[in-house]
Amino acid sequence: MSAVLPPSAMPTPAPVAVVRSRSHGANVMRRLLRNPIAMTAAAVILLLVLVAIFAPWIMPADPFATSMFKRLKPIGTPGFPLGTDELGRDMLSRLMLGGRLSLFMGIAPVLMAFVIGSGIGILAGYAGGGINTVLMRCVDVLYAFPSVLLAIALSGALGAGITNALVSLTVVFVPQIARIAESVTTQVRRSDYVDAARASGASAFTIVHRHVLGNVIGPIFVYATSLISVSMILASGLSFLGLGVKPPQPEWGLMLNTLRTAIYSQPWIAALPGVLIFVTSVSFNMLADGLRTAMEVKQ
Amino acid sequence: MRDLRVEFHAPGKRGAVIQAVNGVDLELRQGEVVALIGESGSGKSVTLRAIMRLHAERNTRITGRLEVAGQDVLAMSQRQLAALRGKTVAMIFQEPLLALDPVYPVGAQIVEVIRRHENLSQAEAHARALALFERVRIPSPERRLAAYAHEMSGGMRQRAMIALALACKPQVLLADEPTTALDATVQIQILLLLRELQQEMGLAIVFVTHDIGAAAEVADRMAVMYAGRIVEQGPAATLLTQPRHPYTLSLLQSRSHGAMQKGKRLQTIAGSPPDLARLPPGCAFAERCAWAIDACHTAQPPETTLGTGHTARCIRLESVDGVRPRVENLTPALP
Amino acid sequence: MSTAKHIPNITPAAMADPRDVGGPRQPLLRAQNLLKHFPLKRKGLDFRGPKPVVRAVDGVSFDIKKGETLGVVGESGCGKSTTARLLMQLTLQDKGELIFDGQTVGSSSLPLREFRRQTQMVFQDSYSSLNPRMTIEDSVAFGPTVHGVTQRAALARAHDLLARVGLDPARFAGRYPHELSGGQRQRVNIARALALEPRLVILDEAVSALDKSVEAQVLNLLEDLKRDFGLTYLFISHDLHVVRYVSDRVLVMYLGQVVEVGPADQVFDAPRHPYTRALLQSMPSTDPLQRTTEAPLSGDPPNPIDPPPGCRFHTRCAFAQPVCGQQVPQFVEPAPGHGVACLRWQPESGYEPMPDFPRPSPAPAKSLMPLNAAVASEMPDIFPEARRG
Repeated sequence: MSAVLPPSAMPTPAPVAVVRSRSHGANVMRRLLRNPIAMTAAAVILLLVLVAIFAPWIMPADPFATSMFKRLKPIGTPGFPLGTDELGRDMLSRLMLGGRLSLFMGIAPVLMAFVIGSGIGILAGYAGGGINTVLMRCVDVLYAFPSVLLAIALSGALGAGITNALVSLTVVFVPQIARIAESVTTQVRRSDYVDAARASGASAFTIVHRHVLGNVIGPIFVYATSLISVSMILASGLSFLGLGVKPPQPEWGLMLNTLRTAIYSQPWIAALPGVLIFVTSVSFNMLADGLRTAMEVKQ
Repeated sequence: MRDLRVEFHAPGKRGAVIQAVNGVDLELRQGEVVALIGESGSGKSVTLRAIMRLHAERNTRITGRLEVAGQDVLAMSQRQLAALRGKTVAMIFQEPLLALDPVYPVGAQIVEVIRRHENLSQAEAHARALALFERVRIPSPERRLAAYAHEMSGGMRQRAMIALALACKPQVLLADEPTTALDATVQIQILLLLRELQQEMGLAIVFVTHDIGAAAEVADRMAVMYAGRIVEQGPAATLLTQPRHPYTLSLLQSRSHGAMQKGKRLQTIAGSPPDLARLPPGCAFAERCAWAIDACHTAQPPETTLGTGHTARCIRLESVDGVRPRVENLTPALP
Repeated sequence: MSTAKHIPNITPAAMADPRDVGGPRQPLLRAQNLLKHFPLKRKGLDFRGPKPVVRAVDGVSFDIKKGETLGVVGESGCGKSTTARLLMQLTLQDKGELIFDGQTVGSSSLPLREFRRQTQMVFQDSYSSLNPRMTIEDSVAFGPTVHGVTQRAALARAHDLLARVGLDPARFAGRYPHELSGGQRQRVNIARALALEPRLVILDEAVSALDKSVEAQVLNLLEDLKRDFGLTYLFISHDLHVVRYVSDRVLVMYLGQVVEVGPADQVFDAPRHPYTRALLQSMPSTDPLQRTTEAPLSGDPPNPIDPPPGCRFHTRCAFAQPVCGQQVPQFVEPAPGHGVACLRWQPESGYEPMPDFPRPSPAPAKSLMPLNAAVASEMPDIFPEARRG
């Protein structure tokens, strides 16, 4: 196939220097930065992430050091700002270190599901017809299970442990993301500009790469962000049930489990990990909300 | 209405104020049909919606005087407005699918409107709805009353919307581009229907459109709008045969005999309508007008009377009559 | 301009095109018996009889001659948009063939990709035809890059085309679609269509959504581009004034079929098919002293799911006779170059003509009457020509 088009009537000059407008991504960032709620949420998340990353260096005490004498000391005890847990370990240090695993278990499965789910969804959405039916019905089978049950079942089958929990959570989220991806891609597929691209003879791969991706990634990403809080809670739940993280590793969900017995003697301490889970979930949701609003506005 | 001004304060636009309507004087007598003609951005739809105060109260500021059937609309409370809408003033829209509720059958919507404003029983209201459907010539009206909006074709939906608007025998009907979305053969049917109903019921109609042909079919008087002001208004026959304002001239030119001849380039006006947030101090059309002089850019032209009921806003009216004007100083951007 | 109306206005550039294969008399595109039905789900569990289908395009054949502008008119449901998509092969036909310059589209001599370089389309909705995430220079340059042109050369060509359609590249090329007005976007769409240097451009209601003043400028632009690039146009529209102005020949469609085709002036001044006549009479009269008193057609355009038997128009036709519901009309040519599918004009069809038949069709052209002859003659050139449309 000849790659040279017939010569134009006039010689084509070099490209002119143009004034480029702000891209869509830049606009979204700008709007997001102006949203006070989203920015607060982002700050909170950033704080939590930083603390989690630098935990080993900034922890005041050893999170694994037990002491039967210092069990369940209340908040504000000198040396233990947030008290101690049922084995005498410093709560603050455990919470800080626990953040690592909790946040990781919140973000990692969603990230992996995002990649896998988008791939499936975009393929199904663009291809349409039989391929779409096959793929989406397989996805539907998994989607039919309530996420908690599915996570538990898979974890139980795979056995306890962090990697297995990660795998099972990823499997839980793939169908949800795939559905959104397929829906958005089908919409975009129908628009005139995709038709125009087909009409210019582009291959399906080129069209997906240059036209479809840019328009669908946004909504899928927003949806995925809102799944992070769900993932955190599910992971905590799995740990709570003994299917995820194993003691003595600190992880917020696991801590909720082990502190159950302390609810009557030191309720504030028992609630602390839950508070952190709550704060993180809400922050991610607010951020996802802000992102969605920022992307929605069309000038 | 006298000196009606509608401003929109768009939030987040750094306090920019969009002056959608800038001093519109319009009088509508009983049983009269007035057509508001203009292109997009001329303010015609905004004017129409202002008559019923349909705009969001928060961002809109309406000043001036507006009276409908002797009542001051601008001073009305929400309750009084609700009583006004539907009963005294009714509106039909361009896209019936958007205006009719998709989850209720059309008949139910009409009955609801009737019972809201008048004290009739369900059966009586239903009978009235049936009579309305027959009036607007919907075939098999009994069956159609139970149909949903999306089950009907475009022409029938528009008829159903007209029936809905006329349910409470209003005095004024506001029509916002009702035939723009319809096919030619259906459009003419709807226009004839409107004329018929208007003559039968003595309705006063304000008909907003960008299509002069459609307006000519129904209107007694026409008003041409540009950038939120009426630049010329008068009896339909006069306006169509003796247009005086440069903008009216250009609008009519595009449809006149000499204009669209094969092989000849179309006459065009360079430039585009002004940004309604940044209106020039003088005549809004001056920068595209071939007869503009310096005075045109500095002050708003006052209304000049050209004949009975025929007025125009232009200070160059005597010069505008076919003499070839100067060509310089026209360098606007292409629309 | 040519006065012999049945010879299309072939511009010289179209003749000298190096890609020309078939010669001047070969139609640029020939559609033969195109058929496209869209199947519908059955209502309920009624499995008797054939599955309901929307017969969007039901046996359409026509030619597009080189260098001409063929106008297509018809109302909603007539299948003109589906036909356009079939011509572009965005939808594949169920039956029928497309022959481009003598070669069958999709065959080994003219693979689809090659055909796509020579035929392009401008859509009605200027906004949805442009990728909202791409700058307009990228949108315009996309086509050439697909076919092997380097990014730099493609951008240069995009800038050149943007300048030609009247948009200064330095200011506009880096913008996004939502920053432009409707008229500007449509110009971008035209530039995008021309980026591949096609020979045939299909304009599907390309100016319908624009304001009248902008429409006039875009029409002038299209005329200039046709002359400069030697293009052939298929112009689909529901606005009869515009179609008459733009077209050399006109095709009228009804319910998925062609009912009349011929030179523009003939079809508009002396329409032969009753539907064409009704369509012309439906245009609003622009004289308030002479208003339309009766709608020429009653009812709404019928559904293409279950078209009437025989001639599809007979249920609404003022001239219908019983035979019209039984026999499907064949396409005949009562005058050279002017074809019509109607039993009235078909000899030996069983139709009983009226005593005053044949005659030039009853005068329909009140809607194209001068708005005001006096005013028209007084204003030959009141507005200076804008630069480049």
